[in-house]
Amino acid sequence: MPSKLVPEASPETQPFWDGCAAGQLRLQRCRSCDAFYFPPRPFCPTCLSEDVVWEPVSGRGRLHTYLINHRAAPGFEAPYAIAVVELDEGPRMMTNIVGVENTPDNLVLDMALQVTFESRGEMMLPVFEPAR
Amino acid sequence: MSIRQQIAIVGAAETTELGHIPGMSSIELHADAARNAIADCGIDPARIDGVACAGQSPVAVAQYLGITPRYLDGTSVGGCSFMLHVRHAAAALAAGMCDTVLITHGESGRSRVGVGGFGGPGFGGATLQGQFEAPYGPTGPPTMFPMGVLRYMKDFGLTHEQLAMVAVVQREWAGRNPRAMMRDPITVEDVLASRLIAYPMHLLECCLVTDGGGALILTRADRAGDFPTPPVYVLGTGESSETPMVSQMEDFTTSKAFRVSSTQAFSEAGISHSDVDHLMIYDAFAHLPIYGLEDLGFVGRGEAGAFIEEGNTRPGGRLPLNTNGGGLSYTHTGMYGMFALQESVRQVRGTAPAQVPGVQISVAQGVGGMFAAAGTVILTNQNG
Repeated sequence: MPSKLVPEASPETQPFWDGCAAGQLRLQRCRSCDAFYFPPRPFCPTCLSEDVVWEPVSGRGRLHTYLINHRAAPGFEAPYAIAVVELDEGPRMMTNIVGVENTPDNLVLDMALQVTFESRGEMMLPVFEPAR
Repeated sequence: MSIRQQIAIVGAAETTELGHIPGMSSIELHADAARNAIADCGIDPARIDGVACAGQSPVAVAQYLGITPRYLDGTSVGGCSFMLHVRHAAAALAAGMCDTVLITHGESGRSRVGVGGFGGPGFGGATLQGQFEAPYGPTGPPTMFPMGVLRYMKDFGLTHEQLAMVAVVQREWAGRNPRAMMRDPITVEDVLASRLIAYPMHLLECCLVTDGGGALILTRADRAGDFPTPPVYVLGTGESSETPMVSQMEDFTTSKAFRVSSTQAFSEAGISHSDVDHLMIYDAFAHLPIYGLEDLGFVGRGEAGAFIEEGNTRPGGRLPLNTNGGGLSYTHTGMYGMFALQESVRQVRGTAPAQVPGVQISVAQGVGGMFAAAGTVILTNQNG
């Protein structure tokens, strides 16, 4: 039985994955711009300042857009949604939506979501579920 | 310095066959197209001193064809790479770095013969895509590229029927083109009844997967008279990029790279939209012409679905679009941009199977990756 892909950390992203392992979604915030950004890098993509810090975020966001894949990747069972969540703090991330059948009727754009974590090998992967 | 009308395309051709070519490897598809373009303009191959291509290394293509280059361009940013090759070659020719540039495309996209290490760039392991997109189960472009379509539908009211109409209209053009792979007429109902690939995209809203190639030969305009073909002048060009990760698009309803690239090209060409007689917008999926019409400024935001539905881009319409049938119905090897350029050249020369009467200016808009990169080339048969 093929299993789902396990993400592999790079030196610059390791703190993100450490946060996930601790059950916490952590992003970098630029102290000059006072803005969060994603994906991780050791400087702010807006002003190139290296005065950036890892901080936990709320884990809350909204369903920005998605599609429903009918050709399953290894370990997945089609159909399933591949989605983009817009976090309350601003950045957007690709994700899967769990805890609800992935149908167009159930997945309404801009619905409130919250983070949860899915085990992938030794790693924990952030995914999102409808907010309670 | 502008390259406006200083450079001409004097040779242009596609591979002899198109569609299913199990008897040719990738490098031979490049060479087949190149030999056809050389025959098209009758050039002595020894005069070719520049080589540009994507998918293969220009080193490999030059050696395979016996060319000793003094100009090489291996820009590989996806399906629009050839628009960038034209742009870079024009600059190199204008600067006197070389005298004749051959641009080739060949891809065994369907048969996968002789396909080497060319794959999705960096889509795995500890790359950013590998960490932050791949784990969520994408299985190729159909499960990534249309990511913004539902957002566009909600924000602008585009209907499933209007999206399907893109495929219907392009099939109409393909029906007039004997080399198109899919030629039978289809209806909106047919499109919506075809199987879902990645909701909201149905099979008939996704491009074909084929084998084929194409080649262009460019030189300075003052040498164009050496060749029997009617010169096709480069009027304006542009290029840009946004993000290799579709999930990080600034706005899922518009392509920044399309806007930046096309603005540059129109500015250099010194033309307005009403001057454009013919338009190609790389259609890997049915939403691309919708984004393109808006991002290039032919219609306002949210208006493209209705514009196509009203018949403006179909045969006889006021803005003929994707007149070869496009990636949806003509051919799509993987990096389709070369075929958009070939159709623009044919329309400007007056030799297209579905010829639009009186084309003087054609715009070819390419996309690379999934709205990752863009290239624009504006061509004309008018000198001065």
